[in-house]
Amino acid sequence: MTAIVDYGAGNLTSVRLAFAALGHEARVTSSVNDIEEADRIVFPGVGAAKSAMENLVRLGLVDALKKAAGEKPFLGICLGMQILFDRTEEDGGVDCLGLVPGRVRRFPAAGGCKIPQIGWNDVHEAASGNRVPGLGEYYYFVHSYYAEKGPYTAGVTEYASVEFTSIVQKGGIFACQFHPEKSGAAGLELLKGWLERC
Amino acid sequence: MLTKRVIPCLDVRKGRVTKGVKFQNNVDLGDPVEMALAYSDGGADELVFYDITASAEHRPIDIGMVEAVAKAIRIPFAVGGGISCVADMERVILAGAEKVSVNSLAVRNPGIIAEGAKAFGAQCIVLGMDPVKSGNPACPSGYEITTRGFRDFTGMDAVEWAKMAADLGAGEIVVNSVDADGTRAGFEKQITRMIAEAVGVPVVASGGAGKPEHFPEVFKETNCDAAIVAGMIHSGEYSISQIKEAMLAAGVSVRIRRTRT
Repeated sequence: MTAIVDYGAGNLTSVRLAFAALGHEARVTSSVNDIEEADRIVFPGVGAAKSAMENLVRLGLVDALKKAAGEKPFLGICLGMQILFDRTEEDGGVDCLGLVPGRVRRFPAAGGCKIPQIGWNDVHEAASGNRVPGLGEYYYFVHSYYAEKGPYTAGVTEYASVEFTSIVQKGGIFACQFHPEKSGAAGLELLKGWLERC
Repeated sequence: MLTKRVIPCLDVRKGRVTKGVKFQNNVDLGDPVEMALAYSDGGADELVFYDITASAEHRPIDIGMVEAVAKAIRIPFAVGGGISCVADMERVILAGAEKVSVNSLAVRNPGIIAEGAKAFGAQCIVLGMDPVKSGNPACPSGYEITTRGFRDFTGMDAVEWAKMAADLGAGEIVVNSVDADGTRAGFEKQITRMIAEAVGVPVVASGGAGKPEHFPEVFKETNCDAAIVAGMIHSGEYSISQIKEAMLAAGVSVRIRRTRT
């Protein structure tokens, strides 16, 4: 069973429908039991980091998610990727799950770039040489904050004169800043590849 | 590099896509879900649906259609028309739409923009506006906001309204020129440029697209982020690929999927 974790951080309809389009029925859940029993975890999210972290604590999901991320395939999407890192400067600074080393920062306002970044941008190979499937394609992004590059960066994208982490991979964790569920054929292929690998 | 978006607009009337000039003389174009699929496969970056008769008929938006579209396509889409409160926005978003668009409602009640942005995030709230060239001294930009399908003049300045809406939390602004709408003579670049320079959120040019060259033109001559296409592709005269090829040829950043061998 694939568990899509529902922790009150945005609408999960598109994520569920994307898996359904691949013939894969995933379960949207807030239950620790489901996370423990799942074969793989999808951890989406849009919105603010602070309320997302507060919700995870309130729902008692933090330990279960940390454990799952060390044991089984774990797919983070958008805010669900950002809060895997140590800390974000959003909302005055919020400690996150610390599953991947690194920090999340706001795009610089200078330079006339609009914030949030909204639209299709390309993802290419990171200097780390940490190669993953899905590079060299355009995906749909919506975000004001970005993860700095680090040792586990596997895909990078440029916006507002910043090259940031758009795919990160560490052990069983694979996470992306963009929305594969809204990224057309390229996004579906990425999700299909992830399901096939795990 | 972030690409410039091409967004087909589908006006839905009684469950069918229609197209009329200045909201008149509507002709039937087809089924919304089938058209959404065809455009998504054809390279559309996003779609927008307007349930154009919902407000006039005082009924809520057709949620069944939103659900069917969400099930069929894997690209973002916005829905407008028939939104009268935050609960309507929620229904549309939970049905699978990425964004909701408000227009006349926001003119009557600007607070709806802030309420929607607070509930769902600014990226979900699109302000649609229908500016027309105007000599009204209350409108120093030279453009006045109209509502209800261009029928009512509001006395509101288009650029001031765009700034206010962005401050309230609109995540994107669609500038639909009344003067250019349906003419197929090209986008109205002056008002698009003024608004794209005045606000810090993405701006979408709308109204007047008639041939592929109009797209590189508006992207090069204004700072807009996306442009709406309707009649010229609905008629079958042009394709999205032709628009994107024209953008590429002019050096505009564009998403064209590389074919794998």
